[in-house]
Amino acid sequence: MKNWVKILGICLLLYVHTAGLLAEVPRLNILNETVRALYFHVPMWFGMTFLFTMSVYYAVRYLRNPSPELDRKVLEYANVGTVFGILGIFTGMLWANYTWGSPWHGDPKQNGAAIALLVYLAYFVLRGSLDNQEQRARLSAVYNIFAFAAMIPLIFVIPRMTSSMHPGSGGNPGFNAYELDYRMRMVFYPAVAGWILIGLWITSLRIRLKTVEETIIDIEDEK
Amino acid sequence: MLLTLIRKEFMLELRRKAVISGIGLYMFSLIFICYLTFSLRQNSINEATWSALFWLAILFSVVNSVAKSFIGEKRGVSIYYYTLASPQVVILSKILYNTLLCLVLSFTGYGLFALFIDNPVQDTLYFLLTLLLTSMGFSSALTLISGIAAKANNSHILMAVLSFPVVIAILLMAIRLTKNVLDGIDRSASLDELLNLLAINCILTALAYLLFPYIWRS
Repeated sequence: MKNWVKILGICLLLYVHTAGLLAEVPRLNILNETVRALYFHVPMWFGMTFLFTMSVYYAVRYLRNPSPELDRKVLEYANVGTVFGILGIFTGMLWANYTWGSPWHGDPKQNGAAIALLVYLAYFVLRGSLDNQEQRARLSAVYNIFAFAAMIPLIFVIPRMTSSMHPGSGGNPGFNAYELDYRMRMVFYPAVAGWILIGLWITSLRIRLKTVEETIIDIEDEK
Repeated sequence: MLLTLIRKEFMLELRRKAVISGIGLYMFSLIFICYLTFSLRQNSINEATWSALFWLAILFSVVNSVAKSFIGEKRGVSIYYYTLASPQVVILSKILYNTLLCLVLSFTGYGLFALFIDNPVQDTLYFLLTLLLTSMGFSSALTLISGIAAKANNSHILMAVLSFPVVIAILLMAIRLTKNVLDGIDRSASLDELLNLLAINCILTALAYLLFPYIWRS
């Protein structure tokens, strides 16, 4: 990863954290100051979706042309994506505690997010229970693609079909309500870009770490 | 080739009567336990509970019965099939056969529920249509996952863990349809969900068809 990308990511997040906590936000009923969660909660889902999509992309490439490097990428993108998803759920629960009155409200979006995480936890269990390295890579790539396709309707379609208290659906203010509010967009877009860049950076570090670890194991095996 | 393989599945199933009767008994026990647990207050079971119990019973028996389509198949036998037929034909035949199996299980489950517990369904035709579509979805999702799980050591646990997140989308649709059918809401209201279910089925079947060749290569 190029150095300027990392620096850009850091700068964006520094800006997001200062501006996100200090800048003016519109006064809205019930939401009040919690509207700032938009800068920290929503980018998690953008980041998670992006990382999982990358993971599926590498899974498809792995199936077409198997190599251990691609398998490492599939795994690490899924790993970091899961971390983003867990952070997204926690930030969402924190926000829901103040606006909905309880951390877990059984909202369709919350349930969809929890199920999406279950998919990837099942993916890690699958990887853990296969011994043969080549077989593990191939079968988990297949499950990755299959589960991702089953997850899309959950996250993007089903919540839009039901009434939900989540902002952005069922008459609750969402992005469109802030459309005129350029102040929030000025922070929100950099936040999404910054978190995605940081996600990519963490992933690339983990891939390098994993590569080094496996090389060490290979060298020790040869001794 | 496809028909031959489906016939082979039928013949194998009929030869191993213990397996099919085991599945039937499993389902019967599940429903009977539901009946016993609720029989003290027979009038207290409302529609939401009925639908929850029904789909739980169906889900568990279907997962267990489709799981055996690859789990428990002897290694040599599968290698023999693969020399005869292409993987696409193998998975299609299994999916079609499992669809029938799921359909039989769902209909039997519905019958047993009507007999022991209650039959609150107001729009029977649409309910049967829902059962048909969910059977297709369950069978294509679970057949592929059974193929994956069969390669691992702890395949039965893995089968459950891997399949639940994947079939939840189907289940959510089915539960919503069931609610409409139980309330006797106008059919046009359920059309969206039916089409959605059909779309999910198409995605899952297409993916199973495309991905299966990578599974059996080992």
